[in-house]
Amino acid sequence: MKPDAAFSSAYSYSGPFQNLTLQPLPYPYEGLEPYIDTTTMKLHHDVHNKAYITNANAALAEAPQAAKSLTLLGLNHNVGTDLFGKPALNTAFQNNAGGAWNHAFFFKCMSPAGSSPSGNAPAQGGALAKAIDAAFGNFTAFKANFSEGATKRFGSGFEWLLVQPDSGNKLVTTSTPNQDNPLQQSAEVKGIPILTLDVWEHAYYLKYNATRPAYIKNWWNVVNWPYVEENYGKATQGVVPVVASS
Amino acid sequence: MGTALAGQKLQFRSSVPCRCTRARTVFTRAELTLKPLPYSEDALEPHISRDTLNVHWGKHHRTYVTNLNNQIKDKPMANKTLNELIVEAWNSGSPTPEFNNAGQVFNHDFYWESMCPNGGGEPTGELKAAIERDFGSFDEFKTQFKAAGATQFGSGWAWLVAEGGKLKVTKTPNAENPLTNPAQTPLLTMDVWEHAYYLDVQNRRPDYISTFVDKLINWDKVAERFAEAK
Repeated sequence: MKPDAAFSSAYSYSGPFQNLTLQPLPYPYEGLEPYIDTTTMKLHHDVHNKAYITNANAALAEAPQAAKSLTLLGLNHNVGTDLFGKPALNTAFQNNAGGAWNHAFFFKCMSPAGSSPSGNAPAQGGALAKAIDAAFGNFTAFKANFSEGATKRFGSGFEWLLVQPDSGNKLVTTSTPNQDNPLQQSAEVKGIPILTLDVWEHAYYLKYNATRPAYIKNWWNVVNWPYVEENYGKATQGVVPVVASS
Repeated sequence: MGTALAGQKLQFRSSVPCRCTRARTVFTRAELTLKPLPYSEDALEPHISRDTLNVHWGKHHRTYVTNLNNQIKDKPMANKTLNELIVEAWNSGSPTPEFNNAGQVFNHDFYWESMCPNGGGEPTGELKAAIERDFGSFDEFKTQFKAAGATQFGSGWAWLVAEGGKLKVTKTPNAENPLTNPAQTPLLTMDVWEHAYYLDVQNRRPDYISTFVDKLINWDKVAERFAEAK
């Protein structure tokens, strides 16, 4: 599958080969306290996220020329196609371009508790709130659905809320293993993500250890609803949230 | 209780007398129990902390047992040994819901017994000879085993197995293990799920792996399993 020509500018750029860069955290390390602890944010951003960037860049150095001009989004869209040539390279991008996108997006999906003007929910009567009601019955049912998916993802992975342009902009939840995401061609359930939750143990272990459900419950306090609403608006136009400048 | 290789025996609790004449062919109710750790929770300090063992065994491992029991309650699966359950639930690669819990119960039993206080060092005797024969050297085995642990992306396990009379290193994701491969017999495992090391060394999985290999491997146990596998 080749990237849709109409959105080629999102997938590639015509400048010289440029390494992927680690996006800054949108808030201080302690910004999500007490729900996500400072030490976890430092490790998660400065070490785990950074490692995916480093490894993705290493893979880029060995990738075919066509891959070198792709943006982070473009790399993800081509995971599962034959663009990268060798299976080992495809896996390297699945894991590390996936990891780079997933973390940049995950960190943006959060904001300090109390900072969403609409509280811990999308704006009442807004487009996203209505879409959630239509798809899940009501907001509480949506949260239960999303939380259950996040709890049940066995091993490492992410839970997603996404828009599916191919089925009339249907709003669905899904989970992916490891650093896969719904942008990748090899994903079972594909679409445009508008919200994600990282359930790798490194995302919560220092504070919550074995109690992933407690982490998930507390995470709802730091969801950046204005950002999610913005993502929904764009996704219904077929546009993927931008998470990185390269 | 039987050896680790034979699989965990089910504990039978019956409130009515068994009506069968052959032992263990009819059960009124069977349940797995969480096998105790082979050592105290602080016995692997300073390599693995008491806090880690307390949560890893006391919460993660215990939850797999509880969840599996809930899944197999009152079903024919409750009449199987743990090892049989794993193979059945694997379902030739399309695992049923019981697989993750059953696999993880076995994997953790096997992992605790793969370690001991004052472990590590080198194997001796026939096992050492077999390692040198099949890897070239003990150092090469260590290199491969560490690499397997380091490169298992996400959650999973590194293994030393016997296959076709030879030793080899393998790795598996999530709850998978060599029991689903009829050609392989597991001899040693190392848990590389983040919960195995995150409290102690956070992201530094390679440090945990080195510590496991250098200080924790129960080579006597591995040798025992090796002898049984031949």
